[in-house]
Amino acid sequence: MTVLHPRVDAQIDPRSDDSAELRPYLAGMFTNSLDAAVAAAKEGAPPAGEAVIRVRGLHKRYGAQEAVGGIDLEVTRGEIFAFLGPNGAGKTTTVEILEGFRQASGGSIEVLGEDPWQAPGSWRARLGIVLQESGAEPGLTVRECVALYAGYYPAPRNIDETIALAGLAAQSGERATALSGGQRRRLDVALALIGDPELIFLDEPTTGFDPSARRAAWEVVAGLRELGKTIFLTTHYMEEAERLADRIAVIAAGRIVAEGTPQTLGGRQLEAAQISFRLPETVDAFGELPPALAERVQRDQHGSVLLASTAVTADLHMLSGWALERDLELDELEVTRPTLEDVYLQLTSEE
Amino acid sequence: MYFLIKRLIRIWRQRQAQRATLAVAPAQEAVMSVSPPSAPRADGPSASSRGMLALLLHEALYDLRISARNPRARFFGFFFPIVLLVVFNGVFGNGHTIVDGHRVSLKVFYVPGILTMSIVTNAYASLVILVSGLREQGILKRRRATPVPAAILIGGQALSTVVMTAVAGTILLVIAKLAYGVGIAAPAMLAIACTALVGTLAFAGIGYAISGMIGSQEAAQPVVQMTMLPLWFISGVFIPIANLSRGLKDLADVFPVQPLANSLHLASVHSSFSASISATDIVVLAAWAAGAAAFAAWRFSWLPPGVTA
Repeated sequence: MTVLHPRVDAQIDPRSDDSAELRPYLAGMFTNSLDAAVAAAKEGAPPAGEAVIRVRGLHKRYGAQEAVGGIDLEVTRGEIFAFLGPNGAGKTTTVEILEGFRQASGGSIEVLGEDPWQAPGSWRARLGIVLQESGAEPGLTVRECVALYAGYYPAPRNIDETIALAGLAAQSGERATALSGGQRRRLDVALALIGDPELIFLDEPTTGFDPSARRAAWEVVAGLRELGKTIFLTTHYMEEAERLADRIAVIAAGRIVAEGTPQTLGGRQLEAAQISFRLPETVDAFGELPPALAERVQRDQHGSVLLASTAVTADLHMLSGWALERDLELDELEVTRPTLEDVYLQLTSEE
Repeated sequence: MYFLIKRLIRIWRQRQAQRATLAVAPAQEAVMSVSPPSAPRADGPSASSRGMLALLLHEALYDLRISARNPRARFFGFFFPIVLLVVFNGVFGNGHTIVDGHRVSLKVFYVPGILTMSIVTNAYASLVILVSGLREQGILKRRRATPVPAAILIGGQALSTVVMTAVAGTILLVIAKLAYGVGIAAPAMLAIACTALVGTLAFAGIGYAISGMIGSQEAAQPVVQMTMLPLWFISGVFIPIANLSRGLKDLADVFPVQPLANSLHLASVHSSFSASISATDIVVLAAWAAGAAAFAAWRFSWLPPGVTA
């Protein structure tokens, strides 16, 4: 983690509002005159791999209803951890317990070495939270909002630098309530960052964003990773989790149903790939294809031929050899693997 | 009012600038010395040197900006009482009534009456609407997610409310003096300040207690009007209590508007401090403040209502 930041000498274009401008800025944080000190500070920092969040057997009951039924989680320093699950699965409850807003009914919970429910104010200084829904401070400008929150922390970041980091330099003097939805979300990010936290909770940070705003937000999150922050992310966008997360856990009906990297979640890497193509009407796929393939093919409702394959190279070789012999063109030939969304839907529908 | 607020903000900005220049040196030192970052941070030097009072002032000044920039709070807390003072004096100003055994012009009666209304509107109505809005939108939750103590968040808002109420009351008294010749002796003025302070804290406390039970800003509006409006008529705000039946007077005594209005009325007909303030009223208001604070501490929630079951 980095608590100590170099002062940034680079001048930020105050009109810049897009992520492209942000990247050199973030890079600049590591290439100025003090980068040696930063590197040294990083060496002194707790080692990566240390658990920042450690949860064992977390339970939460509301009356007779069990919202979270005994889950284990471990998030290590410096990683981006995505916590996925359908609405009502216990996701928000879990996050609010980790943030110290709700008390668990049972289990051991440790966040930055403390039980969130009993943690002192100094613990909150090490945490940044982007809430799922939070309005803008009424009547205050963007800069005033950030200055208000800066005053809450013992060692805040530089106010204007943080506003620029969130890509709001041009809106600094505008009333927070006048910002667009995406800009307001950036302000939330700036407010979560101003205390220079070690651990950041991002609860559905890009819900309601247009695609370009989402990409810009991803750049910001990626920048936070470069700063050595640990990030606990919840999202409904699988592309977001896939793009950002080092590890993913899926919660459904109050239990963790899968955990892994975006590539391996739910045994995704082991699942069969699917080869699909079209054949001319005159060819009988089931009768004419090599028997090794024919026994695995299906036709979908659009007439495409689908072939489940665990040995894609060999199957393609056989298939293309067969097609060349007959001088056939395999239209729309495609190899697809189950997307993270496919895996997620499968995992969460089983409950 | 603007002048005062702007001045406060200017002073605050200067302090911020001073603090910033002071903060640069140790910050740079810290970068160089490369101490283990997490250990000194929790209760590092900056945390203890800032002090709770500075933090309270910080919160209060931003809350003051939020309140002063709210058009609804400005209208109902500042302009509406002035409009009513002008209207009542224009329509009934030639009449007379009895206040604490003294026969006085209704002009003298309306000044403390409308002052009561201004205090209750600023301390209670505006605060309930503001706080229920802040909670509904998750702003209270977000503030509470920071290391700032809850007492600072509430204390800052209370302080801001006291300033808003004081400014509105001062404007009202100046207009009363200049436009209607209703002057108040200096000792009585001190009594008004004391009564108004206790009254403001009592109604701010009640405001917090009530806003803990209101789910949304939309619901806050009618709740505030329903609880406030009837009391104007029976507590000596719009109508002299000399004109009320025994039953209505007894009913008014149950609620906190009556003791506030009563003490303020005393100050309009007496000139000594002791005659201008009622110890009973102050005790009753203080009891309301304490009871409301206790209720708020028990019931108040920082989280938006009904997000999770």
